[in-house]
Amino acid sequence: MSAAASPPPVLELSGVTKTYRVKQGLFSRPKPLRAVGGVDLRIHKKDVLGLVGESGCGKSTLAKILLGLEAPTSGRVMVDGREVSGQDRTLLARRIQPIFQDPYSSLNPRKSIEDIITLPLVVHKVGDSASREQAVSKMLDLVGLPQRVRRGYPNQLSGGQRQRVAIARALVMKPEIVICDEPTSALDVSVQSQILNLLGDLRQELALTYLFISHNLAVIEHLATRVAVMYLGRIVEEATAADLFAEPRHPYTKALLASVLTPDPSMSVPDTQLGASYPNPIAPPGGCHFHPRCAAIRDICRTVPPPHVSDAKGHVDCHLYAERTQAA
Amino acid sequence: MSEEPILAVEGLTIDIPMAQGTLHAVRGIDFELNRGETLCIVGESGSGKSLTSLAVMGLLPKRLECTARKLAFCGTELQGLPPSAMRQLRGNRMAMIFQEPMTSLNPAYTIGDQLAEALLLHRRVGKAEARTRAVELLGKVGITAAESRLSQYPHQLSGGLRQRVMIAMALMCEPELVIADEPTTALDVTIQAQILRLLVDLQREMNMAMILVTHDLGVVARVADKVAVMYAGEVVEQGTAREIFENPSHPYTQGLLRCIPVPGRTKPGEHLGSIPGIVPSLIGKVEGCAFRTRCDLAESACAKPIPIHETEGGHSWRCIHSHMDRMPA
Repeated sequence: MSAAASPPPVLELSGVTKTYRVKQGLFSRPKPLRAVGGVDLRIHKKDVLGLVGESGCGKSTLAKILLGLEAPTSGRVMVDGREVSGQDRTLLARRIQPIFQDPYSSLNPRKSIEDIITLPLVVHKVGDSASREQAVSKMLDLVGLPQRVRRGYPNQLSGGQRQRVAIARALVMKPEIVICDEPTSALDVSVQSQILNLLGDLRQELALTYLFISHNLAVIEHLATRVAVMYLGRIVEEATAADLFAEPRHPYTKALLASVLTPDPSMSVPDTQLGASYPNPIAPPGGCHFHPRCAAIRDICRTVPPPHVSDAKGHVDCHLYAERTQAA
Repeated sequence: MSEEPILAVEGLTIDIPMAQGTLHAVRGIDFELNRGETLCIVGESGSGKSLTSLAVMGLLPKRLECTARKLAFCGTELQGLPPSAMRQLRGNRMAMIFQEPMTSLNPAYTIGDQLAEALLLHRRVGKAEARTRAVELLGKVGITAAESRLSQYPHQLSGGLRQRVMIAMALMCEPELVIADEPTTALDVTIQAQILRLLVDLQREMNMAMILVTHDLGVVARVADKVAVMYAGEVVEQGTAREIFENPSHPYTQGLLRCIPVPGRTKPGEHLGSIPGIVPSLIGKVEGCAFRTRCDLAESACAKPIPIHETEGGHSWRCIHSHMDRMPA
């Protein structure tokens, strides 16, 4: 990789793991649950990294680590080449802000819209009341809300308007990185497209970098510049969005793409070939974690963890590609 | 075929009395469903699609006022049917699959008990026989080691497995009509595809009629024979899946189809289409086309009663614009 030539990634994870200890019964000993197992990831400025995977694969844990809401068990998180753990939480919060899935529960119902948007400024002691008022006006304009909503409350707004408030709150501190955790999946189709358009425009206008978590692959293909596919706490494939959707390499990525239901009435429901259900993360399968569901399984997959194969396109963790590169 | 439809609905109206006035949640909708057919009801939240399915099942809360010129299941008028007769049908000849398997399964009973309940209630069978049938159906919905699952409780299963149990439960008595309300919305894409495939396969095998309520146009395209698009309590367009997707004729349907990113058709990063504005309030008198406040083609005639256009193929839409003079999609 030609990391030396390009500027350092604005966000970099190396070997990040997060292990929780969970009890399965009243008297049982707590067992380790590896929610995130050794993730390396780089996000460059103005990139939109789409993070996809099934529920329970560790997407949201990873988002929490990036937001400083959870400390990684091991590994490093670096922003602009500086390690985060040494930095102040508030400093981190100025640069990375979240937008959550459910605009009904992520806004305090007892605060006015103005209070909700200015809260980050108050917490970080930025500006005085006059400048904060100005900031709210600017934010409302930016996200396409009328000025009259500022004295209103979340329950007076529609789902799409609430998500706009959440976006305004995330952007009021002028962050560089926004973590969008399923920002449109609670919204209706017609509203979803408005929010996606808004996020796209804001990225251009403010030179933002997004980590975009979604299970809607059509949305990811539309918005992301790079895509990382997560399975059981690991990133099994990473590539540019164009490459990944044109030529998925990992069998899991292939299965994911095959299960996308494009609105084409001449096709029926696809067969994903993913027989077994999602494995228990407390006792993950040996070898390659994906082997019990894999359509291209070999003997080696049952016992040996897959190699990390990286090339110009990105990386893929799969035995299939190790052999190919060796043979070549 | 002059076969009697499984379900015939005419002029279904649901009103919700509220402090501010009456909310006209469903405003006179018609549809028909034949044996072995799948009807998808599409619409956004508040369009009345879930209330419609509850009305067919006779599960509407009592305070709602539901009327229809006709609401017939296999020729039997359901309105005014005594509750005991309705109970005879529900879970037996017509069954429902809900969106959230965690809240619609009883956490205090085992999977086996809940599966057997419907069969013990409606058929003259013993416990052993009900159990055998439960194992058979769990196998059918793709649950491995079905025998051992019977003694498990819902919380011990994953979301995908719970939804499979819900489907098995609905199919215990081999119903003629299944209504599935957003059956895959809470699930992962991979599981969604599996569950939908399962539903489609089982429906063919048992020759059931199915109503699938969803907001996901991808699901609609892949599963539906017929589609009814609902907006603000009305069916604004109805037709075969092919007609709806290839020849959408109501401006709302056209707008919805422009809103979703379609790989290969929408360019990455390009602006998606959107429908400006919000759904109007349905409290009080609603006149004319409810979509006119958000429609590019709206004119003064839209505030008056709206004609229904219909083609020979059964494709119909409720708009002042007919096929000929509408804008290209």
